Amino acid sequence: MSFFNEAKFLIKSNIRDYGMYIALFVIMLTFAILTDGLFMSSRNISNLLDSAGYIAVLAVGMTLIIVIRHIDLSVGFVAGFLGAVAAIFLTQIGLSVWLVIPIVLVFGIFIGLFNGFLVAKIGIPSFVATLAGMLIFRGALLNVTESTGTIIVNDDLFNSLGNGFIPSLMEVNGLHLLSLLVGLIGIILYIYSEISNRRNKAKYGFDVISPKIFIFKLVFVSFIIGYITWVLAGYNGFSWTVVIMLLVVVVYHFLSTKTVLGRNIYAVGSNPEAAHLSGINVTKITLIVFGSMGMLAALSGILFTARLQSATTTAGTLFELDAIAAAYVGGVSSAGGVGKVTGAIIGAIVMASLSSGMNLLGVGISYQYMIRGGVLAAAVIFDVMTRRQRA
Amino acid sequence: MSDYILEMNGITKEFTGIKALDDVNFKVERGEIHCLIGENGAGKSTLMKVLSGVYPYGTYEGDIVFEGEVQKFNEINDSVKAGIAIIYQELALFPDLTVYENIFAGNEIRKGPFVDWNETIIQASQMLKKVKLNVDPETLIKDLGVGKQQLVEIAKTLSKNVKLLILDEPTAALNENDSENLLELLKELRSQGITCIMISHKLKEVISIADKATILRDGQTVCTLDAHKGEISESVIIKNMVGREIEDIYPKRLDHQFGDTVLEINDWTAYDSQLGREVVKKADIHVKKGEIIGVAGLMGSGRTELALSIFGNPKNYKLQGGMKVQGQPVSFKHTSDAIKAGIAYVTEDRKGNGLFLIKDIKSNVTAAHLKGISARGVLNLNEEVMVGSQYKDSLHIKASSLEQIVGNLSGGNQQKVSLGKWLFTGPKILILDEPTRGIDVGAKFEIYTIMNELIKEGMSIIMISSELNEIIGMSDRIYVMAEGRITGELSKAETTQEAIMELATQ
Repeated sequence: MSFFNEAKFLIKSNIRDYGMYIALFVIMLTFAILTDGLFMSSRNISNLLDSAGYIAVLAVGMTLIIVIRHIDLSVGFVAGFLGAVAAIFLTQIGLSVWLVIPIVLVFGIFIGLFNGFLVAKIGIPSFVATLAGMLIFRGALLNVTESTGTIIVNDDLFNSLGNGFIPSLMEVNGLHLLSLLVGLIGIILYIYSEISNRRNKAKYGFDVISPKIFIFKLVFVSFIIGYITWVLAGYNGFSWTVVIMLLVVVVYHFLSTKTVLGRNIYAVGSNPEAAHLSGINVTKITLIVFGSMGMLAALSGILFTARLQSATTTAGTLFELDAIAAAYVGGVSSAGGVGKVTGAIIGAIVMASLSSGMNLLGVGISYQYMIRGGVLAAAVIFDVMTRRQRA
Repeated sequence: MSDYILEMNGITKEFTGIKALDDVNFKVERGEIHCLIGENGAGKSTLMKVLSGVYPYGTYEGDIVFEGEVQKFNEINDSVKAGIAIIYQELALFPDLTVYENIFAGNEIRKGPFVDWNETIIQASQMLKKVKLNVDPETLIKDLGVGKQQLVEIAKTLSKNVKLLILDEPTAALNENDSENLLELLKELRSQGITCIMISHKLKEVISIADKATILRDGQTVCTLDAHKGEISESVIIKNMVGREIEDIYPKRLDHQFGDTVLEINDWTAYDSQLGREVVKKADIHVKKGEIIGVAGLMGSGRTELALSIFGNPKNYKLQGGMKVQGQPVSFKHTSDAIKAGIAYVTEDRKGNGLFLIKDIKSNVTAAHLKGISARGVLNLNEEVMVGSQYKDSLHIKASSLEQIVGNLSGGNQQKVSLGKWLFTGPKILILDEPTRGIDVGAKFEIYTIMNELIKEGMSIIMISSELNEIIGMSDRIYVMAEGRITGELSKAETTQEAIMELATQ
């Protein structure tokens, strides 16, 4: 097979997986042209990724929730509430950041487990159970912020999670050295894992893509990582938000694709009854997925509070819907069993890119909502069409 | 000159390079019962989908001539309007609506803009009389048995002035009694001038009912047999279906000695708190190493419930009595405990609760035993491919690759994937619930052969089946159930169909 035929075949047979990346690329390119390159400036990309962070971590958890055929509407105000709790611990009780973060994450896990308990053990539909949670935590957020109003957080270490950047070690021609190193390590790890993967497959005697395509893929992905690193290094380097986001993706991607737990989650999503009869504890899996969602909601709350350097009475409003939208743009299916963690992140970045690009272009907020709604609908239509084609 | 109501000439249908139908010719005379026979994947369903407009005109080659006119169906509604109705194996009824609402669903009788419910009920009663179903039209569908639901479905098509009725494996889910009723009804409809095409795997039925039978193999018409010329017989059909002779439907196996008792239940009672009754009553059974135990009984006699109550009790019945596995008393809290103890259960409803239809072959095969391809919770995906291809080869699963989605496989191949999934758990006791339902003779033979190999390796098999032939042909010993009780135990020597039916209807 010639190079182009094979490439064409690969894209065609993986259109569902690649579709999102292509869409993101097209969106970025369009905005870059429309804004004369301003959109792709180091500063804007850095801001864009930071603003996607607290939705992206929610979208990762939400993807798994939707994969097991549930929904969690409470995450927005859980994030808002726990963000406020973090602020109170820091300012009014005076705990150190190193204590506050794990405590708040554990709170999040417990809230998630409680939702999971209602859904899996009591048998309440998740929509209703978490709708109740949404109201309760909205009230709880108001309750803790009622007397003080907005709680200002002065802890620099904490705030750096939302605004700060990893230290630079030294500047090289105005570029951020540590970030460049991180990017380089990323590329090396990527190439190493791809090559060892390929060797492994060859060892088992499986088909692998041709060397030409393989090298092209390596160069292409390395270039993308390199380019993003270079862009970010030109401003302040990697922000802590981006680092946390990457960590969450790497961990969840590994969990969902390479572990027994991940496989069981997808099994429960694609056929709960068959999963039960296959010896999979559906209740346990449901609890774990809701627990993880709660933890990520807490993380989202921490990131948001740190970003605003304060906890507000309205924090978390509509986060859950943004997260659900990002998950669907990222290719999750409400029928269950289908959806990738990496897709959720791309979905969140697509949505953030749209907001950022349209802000730069001065598009009115009313049109922004309409366009984002249109993109969400288009993403789901694309998903449905490609699935029908394959069937 | 014969009077053909339907002629399908030179039908060819391709799916991305694979010919599912290759120049098929199929002619049906007015007023006959015409059976369409073939192995799974032979193209029967595809042919019927072409006929009913599921695959619209233009996506296939060839002509459909119905009532003397070339038809160009663009969608299912077009074929319904022309008078063609298909009843699929999976019934398309609304379980929470009444019988009369179902019969006229989508075809409501109106008075002005409103539905005329009185007229609907009157007409529904007439339709029910036509299909000889004696139930109150206000009964909910979910309260009827499968056999009666099937009759409602037929009543529904009759209400639409059907000329050609197509039934896809109508008796697959029915017990012997209901099956017989249905066949009688089809003969009755024939006398009323309704032409009928029936897809069936049950050769006995074909022989008893068919005027003609057309056999498909690998997407091609092999032959059309005429019963009135005495051409239809079991051996002729099988020979033409598989393209080879099968000496015996049940593979021979050497006599062998059984080992120790591996599974034993005593005074075993399961109470279903949702139904509010005991689904298994004081059952005593034991299974020896290397034995095939048949469990016979009518639908609803508690066979599946017995299996589930043994297999980790996923339906949360209240259990009483004792169970021993290899002499040790056990009680399972979850299906995973049962699997650990070496029990496997291949479900009767492979699409509903057996397989992950949207997932591929390899992840289905490994789903119940991920431990086998993982270390400390981390999967070895290459190992998974090895395991998958091992079972694909040893069970002869026909698929383009291991990555093929299980939902796109034929029934027989799905059943093999389901079997593979459980064999990978390394069971000592394998419970098979209706292992050959809805699959063709060739695949059946393969499953029987596999069963024989498994007992040779020392496995014990409990086989639940509604097909008496299969029970008698394969079992070393048979338990018969009726209304939750074990009403009898028969040895291989004393078993006859009559003996089983007598115990099953106690």
